[in-house]
Amino acid sequence: MRLTVDHVTSYHYDHPVRLVVQSHRLTPTTCQNQSVLDWSVQVSDGIEGGGFRDGAGDWVQAWTVRGPVSRIDVTVRGTVETHDASGILRGNREIIPVTAWLDETAPTRPDAALRDLAAAGTGADALALAHDLSARVAGAIAYRPGVTHAHTTAAEALALGEGVCQDQAHALIALARLRDLPARYVSGYLFADAEGAPHEAAHAWAEIWIDELGWIGFDPANRCCPDERYIRLGCGADARAAAPIRGIARGVTHEVMEIAVAVAATQQ
Amino acid sequence: MTTFFNEMMTGGGVRPPYAQLQDWVNQMPADLRNLKQAEAEALFRRIGITFAVYGEGGDPDRLIPFDMFPRVFSAQEWFRLERGIKQRARALNAFLADVYDRGEIVRAGRIPARLVYLNEAYEKAVAGIRPPKGVYSHIVGVDLVRTGPDEFYVLEDNCRTPSGVSYMLENREIMMRMFPDLFRQNRIQPVEAYPELLRRTLASVAPDGCAGDPVIAILTPGHYNSAYYEHSFLADMMGVELVEGQDLFVEGKHVWMRTTQGPKRVDVIYRRIDDAFLDPLCFRPDSMLGVPGLMDVYRSGRVAICSAPGAGVADDKAVYTYVPEMVRFYLGEDPILQNVPTWQCAKADDLGHVLDNLADLVVKEVHGSGGYGMLVGPKSTREQIETFRAKIMADPDNYIAQPTLALSTVPSFVEEGVAPRHVDLRPYCLVGERIELVPGGLTRVALREGSLVVNSSQGGGVKDTWVLAE
Repeated sequence: MRLTVDHVTSYHYDHPVRLVVQSHRLTPTTCQNQSVLDWSVQVSDGIEGGGFRDGAGDWVQAWTVRGPVSRIDVTVRGTVETHDASGILRGNREIIPVTAWLDETAPTRPDAALRDLAAAGTGADALALAHDLSARVAGAIAYRPGVTHAHTTAAEALALGEGVCQDQAHALIALARLRDLPARYVSGYLFADAEGAPHEAAHAWAEIWIDELGWIGFDPANRCCPDERYIRLGCGADARAAAPIRGIARGVTHEVMEIAVAVAATQQ
Repeated sequence: MTTFFNEMMTGGGVRPPYAQLQDWVNQMPADLRNLKQAEAEALFRRIGITFAVYGEGGDPDRLIPFDMFPRVFSAQEWFRLERGIKQRARALNAFLADVYDRGEIVRAGRIPARLVYLNEAYEKAVAGIRPPKGVYSHIVGVDLVRTGPDEFYVLEDNCRTPSGVSYMLENREIMMRMFPDLFRQNRIQPVEAYPELLRRTLASVAPDGCAGDPVIAILTPGHYNSAYYEHSFLADMMGVELVEGQDLFVEGKHVWMRTTQGPKRVDVIYRRIDDAFLDPLCFRPDSMLGVPGLMDVYRSGRVAICSAPGAGVADDKAVYTYVPEMVRFYLGEDPILQNVPTWQCAKADDLGHVLDNLADLVVKEVHGSGGYGMLVGPKSTREQIETFRAKIMADPDNYIAQPTLALSTVPSFVEEGVAPRHVDLRPYCLVGERIELVPGGLTRVALREGSLVVNSSQGGGVKDTWVLAE
């Protein structure tokens, strides 16, 4: 499938800011699941910083804006050819060992309810168990925007019974790690046609390590594994670590962020 | 009754390295000694070297007691220590380079994967990133204790930012000022080259593409930090800038320092702040001490950070037990310095042994430091032991145990005259393009009679440490 992405993130500041520093994971993963036809990232008034491939295989690109500015636009545009690989991430070059993805972070820290949910998971093998855990998350945390926020933990979202893809991914990561399956948070884009389930075009899901197969994506929000509708950007232990844009500005009193994302399929 | 090795006096009389000191101490009248002790304290106060002991309250500008009786090593004794320390520093750096790359030592089954990769100090953020010259720990503080003429043990390694080297230098300075005759009578190897060697070490790891003399800065958390004196002392001695996070900023591909002549590019940062606070963009977002964006500059190879973020995975107390294995695995050599036998409470068998023998063991927290949160079995009451037993059982992974070592003693000036007191030793090994070790280190002394805890937070003092020339 040929997908085009048009993604603009705008930061508005009530007072002009200086020395904005950003770290981007906004470049599609180099892997066999997708190939980039064209791709560009622009930061208004930005100076391009260093770039490097990190231990998970993601391209990280630094930017700075000297300022003073009252607004910053990060514009991502590009076209990616995607392939369905049954959710298996193929050909990504990474150095971080699988064991390291069993770690626990604040948003994925389990509580009693998450432990119970993890313990209830069943499956003839690790793959079946992972599918079962993903289904349980989808059942326990209904998709509903606006009830959770950026810092909501998996435990809190489970208690609410509602959340967005970030909360569902955090919960699935927590469950997988409780069952000793390495897991991580993935950020990317999702294309959905008119009949598609409710979704966010700037999307997030989880990857779970299955021996013999490798990293497999699970998207509880859409009750499926990533296929050709998905573009993978990067991963981390949780949403913050995998964030497509991380930034800090000096002298910020109030920041408003707007995101506009369009993912479209184009004729080949 | 345990007998302790006295480094000066044996059954046969005075050991040779201390021969000159015997006359010195015998000929010193008590009133002169008191006078000198007061003079030493005044000198330390004047230069401002104090050590605010973290979490202890009281006087934050308290002096660490300085004991004027030197600790002496012969050239032969030092020769072996030096080889052992450098060997260990090489192995620790090889280990770090490995676990942030292919992890061959883990793949070979020589150290458990979880111990390394789920360690709090392991940093995913630096995996696959090769620091300049492949060095991770540029200043390795190896804490040593002695139990006999030829028996030395490594108590722990410090691969992050070992402190205390300013005491090594100031203790020497003050001894030379107060007792110039001693330095004429004894052929004592100098330690004064340390700041210059440190500067050269830091300069040698400047990133590729750094033109001319690299710009070096020491990054301090600020003057509230207990080791701030040392940060400013080393900056002065090396002639480099002392900066706080707010003095640095990232723009474009580099890190810059604000100066009165405008921004100046910084090539090497000797940081004295913990990983978690280095860069709020990468680590703790609430940190005000670090530099936003610093890690991306580091990871794209345009600044050196000493020690490298993530270096702590090599000096963890549970990883410590595998250092002799590292020496064999990476260097193909036999370890020159021995580890203290260590039981890991995370292992069921070890835990059983530890719980059965608490009264004889020293138990430490895996991530603890500074002598806090430890149990010295033989010095503890039954009640203290039982309280600690409950702590271990609640979280066994967090504890290791070691036998109580018969730490050597060195004569020290105490209330009633001269008496033996237990000591340890921290030499500071420098690792850059070359490996350097100045002949000496910081000797800490447990000034309370019978005490085996040398930490300054627990009543420890310091001594000048001599290595004699051949």
